[in-house]
Amino acid sequence: MANAVDVQSLRKTFGKVTAIEELSFHVETGEIVGLLGPNGAGKTTAISILLGLVTPTSGKVRILGLDLPKDRIAILEKCNFTSAYVNLPGNLKVMENLVVFAGLYGVRNPKSKIMALLERFEIGHLHDRISGALSAGESTRVNLCKALLNDPELMLLDEPTASLDPDMADKVRKFLRELQKERGISMVYTSHNMRDVEEVCDRVLFMQKGRILTQGTPAQILEKFQESSLEEVFIRVARTGDLEEDKIK
Amino acid sequence: MKLHRVFALVQRHTFLIRRSPPRMIEMVFWPVMDLFVWGFLTVYLKKLGPAVPASITFLIGAMIFWDIFFRAQQGVTMSFIEDVWAKNLLNLFVSPLGLDEFLSATYLIGLIKVTVIVLVLSGLAFVFYDFNLYGLGLSLIPLFANLLIMGWAFGMFTTALIVRFGQSVEALAWGIPFLVQPVSAVFYPVSALPAWLQPIALCFPSTHSFEGMRQVLEGKGFPMHHMLWGFGLNILFLLGAGWFFSLMFKVARERGYLAKFGTQ
Repeated sequence: MANAVDVQSLRKTFGKVTAIEELSFHVETGEIVGLLGPNGAGKTTAISILLGLVTPTSGKVRILGLDLPKDRIAILEKCNFTSAYVNLPGNLKVMENLVVFAGLYGVRNPKSKIMALLERFEIGHLHDRISGALSAGESTRVNLCKALLNDPELMLLDEPTASLDPDMADKVRKFLRELQKERGISMVYTSHNMRDVEEVCDRVLFMQKGRILTQGTPAQILEKFQESSLEEVFIRVARTGDLEEDKIK
Repeated sequence: MKLHRVFALVQRHTFLIRRSPPRMIEMVFWPVMDLFVWGFLTVYLKKLGPAVPASITFLIGAMIFWDIFFRAQQGVTMSFIEDVWAKNLLNLFVSPLGLDEFLSATYLIGLIKVTVIVLVLSGLAFVFYDFNLYGLGLSLIPLFANLLIMGWAFGMFTTALIVRFGQSVEALAWGIPFLVQPVSAVFYPVSALPAWLQPIALCFPSTHSFEGMRQVLEGKGFPMHHMLWGFGLNILFLLGAGWFFSLMFKVARERGYLAKFGTQ
């Protein structure tokens, strides 16, 4: 079976600035891969390229066996995206917003699908609420509902548990793992919440200055670099930019 | 092209308007105020005596026709700007919505708005000023279509500028139509313009619609010459605007502007 994501020798420059120097990675079908790195590492650019928002300078990207950018629309029909920093229009009701996106994705029986998703995230009672009046945590859950409308094969999640209280964050993490088991959804997950990464991700890619510094399961990375938590690894990457083995404790 | 995506976007704007009485009122407020100003002006001019031709009421028709072009352009551009303000562009760009579907939806939204406005204005013009827009007969259809298409082309062009240069050029959404108003012979014939400006004026499809409207109102028959020129020029304008629109989106993807729209 083809990988969900195959990125080979990706490079992206914006004028004189190199956002992605050389990036090659894959996401297996049904795998959850965390993309970590300090601000400016190139994570957002990488995600934007996978979403077809940004054209690479060079390199190849295949998603679900299809080529970007040539098959962009076909890919986007099977993918979805959610970010803690991008909300649905605040001047429409939750149901109205989700009905619009259900229409964009060609979802059948949208209202029943939407209510089922809202109930799963314990926000069924908000279907008639104006989206702009929701709390940050409620908005995050509505965004997750939007991201699941089309039963995507690949989801890109940008800080999905930001603004959630620990109880709801834990429920969302468990839900994402359930989705992976039930439906084999592949995910690319960016987060600054290391607990998210440790509990959800099968594999982690650490980026710095447009390159992958290291990758592996969370346990492998901790063992390899002999840090007590992914957070310690992250801090080391962010402050020193290096993870060479000769500098391991 | 998938129609369900086009209708989804039209539905979004329907929800928006339904939810906002100010938006509903605003849709007709400015055109109605304009109609009253120009309508009372024609009433006053008619009272000045025989020096003023009876066909002065064409000013009302001109005002309504101008609104067709203006609202069609606004329909396209404002649909885009609404999503910029709502920070919803990123959600749209990462959905399988194609540019052709996006444009089709904005054209449809513009057509619906223009139709509502023309119905309201023509009714008020008849009641208050005894001006019957439908007296233009079947000529109304091609004259209307010409202005609508040119409005769509200008809307595409304006939207493309915003994609490329960002929200700082939003003012163009309102300003660009008025760049062509002086040379579109809206309220005066092309012959009123300086000789050197007349060929330039005739390069705009709108000019042919307004000249054609005056020709019909003066009882000089169906303006075939203006219709053919208008449609021919519109094909060029649409192709040019479409090419520019695609190019600006291509540049925006290369330079990362689309991703920035969603987060700024």
